[in-house]
Amino acid sequence: MKLSVQKIRRIGFWFAPLLLLACALHADAGSFAEKVNQVQPKMVKLYGAGGLRGLEAYQTGILISPDGHVLTAWSYVLDTEGIRATLHDGRSYDAEVVGVDPWLEIAVLKIPANDLACFPLERAVSGRVGERVLAFSNLFGVATGSEPVSVQRGVISAVTNLAARRGVFQTEYEGPVYVLDAMTNNPGAAGGGLTNIDGNLLGLLGKELKNRQDNTWLNFALPVEAIHESVAAMIAGRPQVPPQNRSLSVREPVDLTKLGLSLVPNVVDATPPFIDAVVPGSPAAAAGFVPDDLVLFVDDVLVQSIVDLQRVCSRIEGGGTLRVLVRRGEGLEKLELETEIPETDLDAPEGTLR
Amino acid sequence: MNASRISLSVFQVGGDTDRQRMKNPLQVLFFCFALCAVTEIAAEVPPAVLEAEDARIEAVRKASASTLAVFGPEGGGGGSGVVISPDGYALTNFHVSQPLGNALKCGMNDGVLYDAVIVGIDPTGDVALIKLFGRDDFPAAELGDSDQVRTGDWAFVIGNPFLLATDFKPTVSYGLISGVHRYQYPAGTLLEYADCLQTDAAINPGNSGGPLFDATGALIGINGRGSFEKRGRVNVGVGYAISINQIKKFLSYLRSGRIADHATLGALVSSDADGRVVVSDILESSDAYRRGLRIDDEVVQFAGRPVRSVNNFKNILGTLPRLWQVPLEYRRNGETTPVRVRLAGVHGAGELAERLKNRSAKKDRRQPHATPPPKGKMPPIVKAHFEAKEGYANYYFNRLEQDRIAEAFAPYREDLSDTGSWQLEGDFVAEGQRGPFRIELGDRLGVANLPNYQGRADFGGSLFEHLDPPGSGGLLVALHLWQRLLQRGVAEFGGLQYVGQVPSAETGTRMDLLQGFYGGVEVRFFFDPSDGRLVRMEMFAEEDVDPCEIRFDDYRRVAGHFLPYQIEVRHGDQEYGILQIAQMATTGAAQP
Repeated sequence: MKLSVQKIRRIGFWFAPLLLLACALHADAGSFAEKVNQVQPKMVKLYGAGGLRGLEAYQTGILISPDGHVLTAWSYVLDTEGIRATLHDGRSYDAEVVGVDPWLEIAVLKIPANDLACFPLERAVSGRVGERVLAFSNLFGVATGSEPVSVQRGVISAVTNLAARRGVFQTEYEGPVYVLDAMTNNPGAAGGGLTNIDGNLLGLLGKELKNRQDNTWLNFALPVEAIHESVAAMIAGRPQVPPQNRSLSVREPVDLTKLGLSLVPNVVDATPPFIDAVVPGSPAAAAGFVPDDLVLFVDDVLVQSIVDLQRVCSRIEGGGTLRVLVRRGEGLEKLELETEIPETDLDAPEGTLR
Repeated sequence: MNASRISLSVFQVGGDTDRQRMKNPLQVLFFCFALCAVTEIAAEVPPAVLEAEDARIEAVRKASASTLAVFGPEGGGGGSGVVISPDGYALTNFHVSQPLGNALKCGMNDGVLYDAVIVGIDPTGDVALIKLFGRDDFPAAELGDSDQVRTGDWAFVIGNPFLLATDFKPTVSYGLISGVHRYQYPAGTLLEYADCLQTDAAINPGNSGGPLFDATGALIGINGRGSFEKRGRVNVGVGYAISINQIKKFLSYLRSGRIADHATLGALVSSDADGRVVVSDILESSDAYRRGLRIDDEVVQFAGRPVRSVNNFKNILGTLPRLWQVPLEYRRNGETTPVRVRLAGVHGAGELAERLKNRSAKKDRRQPHATPPPKGKMPPIVKAHFEAKEGYANYYFNRLEQDRIAEAFAPYREDLSDTGSWQLEGDFVAEGQRGPFRIELGDRLGVANLPNYQGRADFGGSLFEHLDPPGSGGLLVALHLWQRLLQRGVAEFGGLQYVGQVPSAETGTRMDLLQGFYGGVEVRFFFDPSDGRLVRMEMFAEEDVDPCEIRFDDYRRVAGHFLPYQIEVRHGDQEYGILQIAQMATTGAAQP
């Protein structure tokens, strides 16, 4: 027994310096101010649509490239031409939507600036349960002008799937999340950054999620590894090809009317592409379209207006399968539209629509 | 702390099993392992950790001792507070003290309930100063420097959330500083939190008025607000504290027993297309206008701080009390001009008091259940320290400060009879020219013979009619009031009241300011708190005009009188001249 004690003591001696080191690092009563100062220049405050009660017109974003790519949450705040991004030092830019991932509910914006401090996503780290974290966000819009965003501290309580609570939270996302013990997901915090105490990026603060059953609020962040691929695709993919080049190669573009879809009248510049009517028995009906669906994506391309939709369709060769994402009520529907135009439908008189 | 406690309990488990002599050798081995591993861990807690733990415990202990649970006279209502001086001056929120009335009860960490009285209030800044009775050795919080606080620093909040502490032992919550120099737009009509601190340490209803400490236990703010909105009135990790540096600027104003008012520049600023902070509107009656500030001028510096944004400007202005004179730098056509501007009050005379009177529970969002102050009988000790007066929270304390200044000033007016005429002779220096002067100050008449002016002023009627000599702003009248102060003293001058301490233009050191109205003019006397000397005076013949400013220097004791032998006179942006006194004769009333 004495021997074993000695052995164990020896193990203890091996562990002691490690333990000492770990304790010294973690129990350090010192300030996080320096780490915070390193993170602040990588955060942006975003101002966009909203402003009504309960719909704050601001949120947060993370700079992910030196050229001004901003990762944020996809929300109504971005539903405007005039998104404004303000850096920690008060510099302010117009931001453009580069891409949107409706399933992850994230978006990538771009601001016209260079040489920015940023969090390259490939260098992000993963968090563990019990790890201390810092949350950076434009909560309540309190940081106005050149004020840097707010910082809060907390601990990762769980790493779990949101899908486990499907139906409870109003979100399309069902992947893994960091659940936090601190009140990090306040109004305006969506799109904020979650870092470890060394200031390395762990994740993106999600939007406010209220539990419908017990009215509690979930404080969570999307791990970078869950969104990294999508973000990279948004940044790299979909080069803006001039329309004329594309149209040259399209012999028979997709014609939605002939496929049995009619849209609401295009009354203003940016009329949203709502479905007005679906011809019974048409390919559109077969795909499952119903009136009042709002077309969001066609073959993974974001469409924001009827004009947009028509332009996108004009560049697609008919005959294949079109992947269309629509918003129906509160949810999203993935539909597949066969664009082969049936012979019989060509004779269908306009009057029989509906 | 946790590590040691946990290891202790495992030790006990190990001890028990040893005694029971467990049969299964594996079990014995396991417990031995547990025992030894724990022994190692307990022995090897790094000293740095233990030191940090001790430092935190000490900081919390020290800080808890100065924290108050603030209640109404009958023990109802309440919030938190903190003692800042051994003689019992303590800070809380105005929105805590307001519904409780003028007599308060304060519970401390020692379990004792003390009587307290309201001293002064700052309704705009949401601060109230109260004074506790019963001890002269109250544990006082150490005042920190909130400008040194950085985002990411540890901080802790102590107070009485949800009025939990029935034995007055306060609750401690730990957190981070989430933001500094925050500007919080006015809630309702009055409250404005400028340059405040934001923390994620839990601040709940009842924490209002309580202290925010830095990691060392130094007081850096008074908690008063949180962002709650749709989450209900509980902590969401977003609380705000009034910075202690703002309160330091107002402390003397609060000690004056008054309803303290914040400063206004008399100008509005906005940011232009290039992000510069420019004047968008300015009152022509403001001192800033008289100093040359105009619309479209860029404000570069204000009160010694660079102005980078409109918020920045509001943060600086929002922490300044009325009647302060501060440096301002503006840029026009690439040229920068430094000036000093006098700051007026945000509210007109008596307006603040009136607004407080008219405030109803309906109007004030912060106090949905505000009740009129209780009418119960004041405890004798509170009653002896309370004096109601229009425009004041408690005039007793203004009298106290007046007496303090009068006492310190007494040596300078020793043996001066309370009437009679004075003769001043010497050299007058102006614009590099030197020439002899003689001034005679009688009870009803002043006669001046200066190189560039000969004339007189009648002190019998309205003083504002006599602005002689021209360009001085009313030197004769100002000297008359100076003579009156020396002859009669602070108490007998008539209508002098204590304002607070303001920084001097030259060194920034604080001067005690007495303000009064006499014969239709306004006069301000500035005293050096260290020796009671009169260092400066200003005489305003009219509102919204530049005063006659006098600086008193070169105090000498001659023939038993301790008087200044150099008198510098300024008016507006111009120096009028310097009176270098060679001889001063003070004649009593008995002599002609």
